[in-house]
Amino acid sequence: MNIVLVLEQTLNGLQLGVMLFLMAAGLTLVFGIMNLVNLAHGSFYMVGAYLATTFYQATGSFALGVLLGLAGTLVVGIVVELVALRTLYERDHLDQVLATFGLILFFNELMAMLWGRAAIYATIPGYLSGHVELFAGLRYPLYRLVIIAVGLAVAGLLWFVVARTRLGMLIRAGASNRAMVAALGVNIRLLYTLVFGFGAALAGLAGLMAGPIHVVQPGMGELILIEVFVVIVIGGIGSIRGAFAGALIVGMVDTLGRAFVRPMLATVLSPSAADTAGPALASMLIYLLMAIVLALRPQGLFPARS
Amino acid sequence: MNSRTRAIVLGTGLVLLAAVPPVAGLFNQPFYLDLVRRVMIFAIAALSLNLILGYGGMISFGHAAYLGIGAYAVGVLAHYGIDNGFLQWALAIVASALVALVIGAVSIRTSGVYFIMITLAFTQMLYYLGISIEEFGGDDGMRLAVKSQFGLIDLNDGSAFYYLVLAILVLFLVLGHRLVNSRFGMVIRAARSNEARTRSIGFSPYPYRLAAFVIAGAMCGLAGALLVNHTAYLTPEFMNWTRSGELMFMVILGGMASIAGPVLGAFALLLVEDALSGWTQHWQLILGPLLVLSVLFFRHGLAGLLFGKNE
Repeated sequence: MNIVLVLEQTLNGLQLGVMLFLMAAGLTLVFGIMNLVNLAHGSFYMVGAYLATTFYQATGSFALGVLLGLAGTLVVGIVVELVALRTLYERDHLDQVLATFGLILFFNELMAMLWGRAAIYATIPGYLSGHVELFAGLRYPLYRLVIIAVGLAVAGLLWFVVARTRLGMLIRAGASNRAMVAALGVNIRLLYTLVFGFGAALAGLAGLMAGPIHVVQPGMGELILIEVFVVIVIGGIGSIRGAFAGALIVGMVDTLGRAFVRPMLATVLSPSAADTAGPALASMLIYLLMAIVLALRPQGLFPARS
Repeated sequence: MNSRTRAIVLGTGLVLLAAVPPVAGLFNQPFYLDLVRRVMIFAIAALSLNLILGYGGMISFGHAAYLGIGAYAVGVLAHYGIDNGFLQWALAIVASALVALVIGAVSIRTSGVYFIMITLAFTQMLYYLGISIEEFGGDDGMRLAVKSQFGLIDLNDGSAFYYLVLAILVLFLVLGHRLVNSRFGMVIRAARSNEARTRSIGFSPYPYRLAAFVIAGAMCGLAGALLVNHTAYLTPEFMNWTRSGELMFMVILGGMASIAGPVLGAFALLLVEDALSGWTQHWQLILGPLLVLSVLFFRHGLAGLLFGKNE
């Protein structure tokens, strides 16, 4: 186990972390403000990936593909909110879980119908491919560095919007007292729709960036969605700060676990035992972490409201 | 609706179910025997989930875990050459109860949306565990070469297996009914409707909820043992999170405030799935919105239609 490998895996962990954060931010905002559990958030991740890949292939411009993909996901998010989810805000969590579960079936099948069940491969343009030599011995893919940069920039922007702008003030006010904000003459329904749409667009951004790294296929959103649940449970549901911390923790633990649990077990166990137990333990690590966090702090690390 | 008409409805249902094997045999349609047996196995699982979801108010989004544990208990013993059904099914029940004890002990400390996500995450953890154990086939799963052996009852005989499943379903309906109407069941239901008042009359809900969680897990474990014998195949997909979602839908479609509701729900969901998938390969495109609509507009479930809206 050398230092270069550790650094490389740490960067991978950071990259997964910012990706998880983009997903978690929308999910936790929607929960914190509208009190809505949205399982279909992973569908926006998938929609973003499909749209951006298709637009890139159609226009030949990666930047245009990304922009159209984001805009498309924003529109899909707003339509879903207007058609299906708006009536669910007042319902209990059980109804929300079930209805959004139905939406997942719909979206997965829709993608399979439009693009086929097989995975489609997203590519990155020449100027984003290749490696950067960070220092002697560590050549890291440029595209993953870009993902990290975009993720951190979005996190900063999100903090600025929520903490420093009038829109953010309305969002925070809407979260703490909906009736009061409405009484002050703010169109709270419009605000909800906007927040939901931008949350969807953030998930779409994560999806379209993940496209070239993983595969684009129906159901791709659910695998990451469950990891995102772990993130926001660890961070504290409704808290953006918690989502950021949770995302980085989960990204690191998952990536480093997959890279190093097996070799570390091999030093104490026989190689064959380590080969069996290593992957199993590595894939369970974040769930164990979640169980420990909850046993110690049932409201997560950064509870939104005490 | 009074208890007498209710008894008539339930009795008619039982007679209809008992008539399936001879009728299917008469028309030489073993497919329907298979279909109804599968539906009844899921009805048992949904019934167990309803004990904690409907009566306990615990929204477990990970109930498929116990289907998987029960199935693996049978499959793993069979893998090592132990075919004794009593042993296999006992292990299925005990192992599911133990897993439910561990998951419940952590999850029940939380509530609301945390509980939903934690039960989901724990099941996902078991799912990945199943995928990563190559000895038992990894994500491909493995065949159950020999079904559970019970001496007198031969599970390879389609109708004998069918009647065994039906008997277990009826037994669990009776057990479930007695459980929710017992003192224990009263505490569980009281804790759902008002936790603070339950505490103030001297009951701490935690141990009661945990016990209900374990009982539900054990019952579902037996359903898992039945399921693996039914499919003769074992895969981590039994624990897939969509399976947990389907179980929840069976409970909701059937109606939560009734013991027999989930059985109706299991029939409704699986028969609609079967009909739609026979019609088009894109059946989920129709099922999804149907489910959304049922949540939005069909609050009391089928049992509400049939038995009236109690509670």
